[in-house]
Amino acid sequence: MPTPIVLTTRGLKKSYHKDRIDVPVLRGVDLDIQQGLVTALVGRSGSGKSTLMHLLATLDRPDQGEVFFRGNRIDNAPRAVRDRYRNHEIGVIFQFYHLLPELSAIENVLAPAMISQSVWGYFRSRRENLRRAEAMLDRVGLLHRSKHRPCEMSGGEMQRVAIARALMTDPTLLLADEPTGNLDTETGKEILRLLADLNATDNMTILMITHDDEIAAAADVCWRMKDGLIQTEHEEGLSERLATHAA
Amino acid sequence: MYRWLLCFRYLKTRYIALASIISVTLGVATLIVVNSVMSGFSAEMHERLHGLASDVMIECHATGGMPDPDAHLREIERICGDVIVGSSVSVNVPAMLGIDFRGQQIGRHVNLIGLDPETYGKVSDFGKYLLHPENQKHASFLLRESGYAPDRKELRTAGWVHRRDRVAEERRIEKMVAQERRMMAELHGNANAKTSSQQDDSSTDAADDVVVDAAAGPSFGPTFSNELMEESGAELVATVDPMENQFPGIILGISTCSVRGRDENGEVIDHFYAQPGDDVRMMFPNASNDTKVMNQKFTVIDLYESGMSEYDSTFAFIRLDELQNARGMINPETGVRSVTTIQLKLAEGTDLNAVRDALRKRFPPELYAYNIQTWRDLQGPLLSAVRLETTILNILLFLIIAVAGFGILATFFMIVVEKTRDIGTLKALGASGRGVSSIFLTYGLLLGFVGSGAGLIGGLLFVDNINSIAGVVETITGQEVFDPTVYYFTEIPTIVHPFTLVWVMLGAVGIAVLASVLPAMRAARMHPVQALRFE
Repeated sequence: MPTPIVLTTRGLKKSYHKDRIDVPVLRGVDLDIQQGLVTALVGRSGSGKSTLMHLLATLDRPDQGEVFFRGNRIDNAPRAVRDRYRNHEIGVIFQFYHLLPELSAIENVLAPAMISQSVWGYFRSRRENLRRAEAMLDRVGLLHRSKHRPCEMSGGEMQRVAIARALMTDPTLLLADEPTGNLDTETGKEILRLLADLNATDNMTILMITHDDEIAAAADVCWRMKDGLIQTEHEEGLSERLATHAA
Repeated sequence: MYRWLLCFRYLKTRYIALASIISVTLGVATLIVVNSVMSGFSAEMHERLHGLASDVMIECHATGGMPDPDAHLREIERICGDVIVGSSVSVNVPAMLGIDFRGQQIGRHVNLIGLDPETYGKVSDFGKYLLHPENQKHASFLLRESGYAPDRKELRTAGWVHRRDRVAEERRIEKMVAQERRMMAELHGNANAKTSSQQDDSSTDAADDVVVDAAAGPSFGPTFSNELMEESGAELVATVDPMENQFPGIILGISTCSVRGRDENGEVIDHFYAQPGDDVRMMFPNASNDTKVMNQKFTVIDLYESGMSEYDSTFAFIRLDELQNARGMINPETGVRSVTTIQLKLAEGTDLNAVRDALRKRFPPELYAYNIQTWRDLQGPLLSAVRLETTILNILLFLIIAVAGFGILATFFMIVVEKTRDIGTLKALGASGRGVSSIFLTYGLLLGFVGSGAGLIGGLLFVDNINSIAGVVETITGQEVFDPTVYYFTEIPTIVHPFTLVWVMLGAVGIAVLASVLPAMRAARMHPVQALRFE
């Protein structure tokens, strides 16, 4: 029984221009991301997976093709709609964490709420926001470090703060761009465990980009990218997992 | 919300930006200090100039003056009587002042004013610039016993005390000279007696007298021509005993009879050629068409110190009727006295130029040799020079702040480049371009406020303590900052206008915000993907 589709792309094309030579990165990508599943996107570097993620997060615009979120086209939506989509509907996790160095852990987690609310609105719902941020930090096991700056934390801790930040606005979908790419194996596994746990307990839809086949193998759905195209799609064990989800 | 948080964090962590606004701080502080000192200076000057001159002055350039001042006043009253609060008539003539200083004659060109102290004090500040405290309250033209300017050691004995001392000293010297002459004559007489001996005893006495005159020779006596002295002063001298009596009183501008300098310790000191109690000589033209020079002796009864060097070095005041009598400004048939100047004091807030123009219309310069001016006209070049100076200084200092603005611009560009990844992150989290740019605009605003606020406080503190700061600078450099021999102010005058403060603050903050516009636009336009990839 297939779950509803959250994000769809149709015929996505994107190329970069360098010295009047077009370097095609995506050559027509069709992709469906189903709700409640962990989808892995595997590919070697340069295969266009990061570019695809940027298009999915509306950080960039495709040359051709469309991106739909819950059936609504978003790649050419007005700026304000896209800003709100990024803020509310998706949470993004980066390889290099991208925390704001001037802010403490809790403030970093609060940042999406601050961005979406006016000064007055923020102060009015400050208590709620703070409770939510603390809950998220607790969820990633870093509540005790909420006052620490990013420079006082390890890579794994920073990535966990970044996950808490991505969860702050209760998004539908988590986009993770090589979340373990900059971590040692052990810490990387902790992060993966955390993401898997999010998927299991909160039924969070996750799209994970990785070059690690081992990580990809653990996902519900795995797409493989090569030269700007989705090559294969192996769904081993998908039916069983779907069954467990349904149960 | 995030923009305020980030701004405050940037403010706390980016000291380089604070360094870039030090120039704003300095510019603002300098602007405030300069404006306060300039407005203090010009207010002081305005007050003095206006105090010295009446609101409107009608001057007659004819030597004889205007014949019937009362009729003139009635006419003026008819034209603008509703705004006149006081009027005074006076006689102004160019004159030469002669001071006898240790046997030498010192000549000075002065503006001799015959005035009525009662009405003159109503149209302009006159009494308050006199030295004697009693004269400040009520100016009389009689010499006071003593008590002139108690804080000036050079004038400690001025007044009757000085006059008596001086006369006694002169008489003592005269006596000594006479004795000397007699001795010389006796020596001479003896020699004569030896050569042409055996003359009648009674005739030797007579011969002695002749010899006294002949042997007088060069002495320390006055170089002033004796004929001049005798012409008008002779009969007065005959009746005046300088120990008991005075000549008609005269008030001299303090710089007409003194020079200012420094003693060996650097203290400012005045050397007086004449002081209250001394007699001076005044030469001025009479009022007839066949002009002759009048020459009269006066006794200095007070000195006039307004602080305006132009006035202090040219004015001399005597009583109006005294001058009218001396110049022959009385119509022999009617007994009506003429004057040369009418001064008007107008109600506060009156449009002086309108009154002046109305009077000019009534007394057109084509028909009358009258010059009708307001006090601003009189001092126009000086006032406009100060105004021009203030304007130019303001422009220059604002240019300094504008230069500081370019420093802010450069620093902000650096910060935007440094924050490229954060900008990408914020955009990935859903921040709009406008939101990101407003971070930097707000940052510029905050920096502007911090910089100009610090400048404001610093400037106000500087202005508050400007005289002690000047003192410190003097002790360090040994150079007098505000030379009282030049300015006649003992302290640097300052006035702080709140309006100026607001303008300076707004200008500085505005420049800081303007300087952050370009970097903010760059931040807003930044492509999020490239920003995130930025290393």
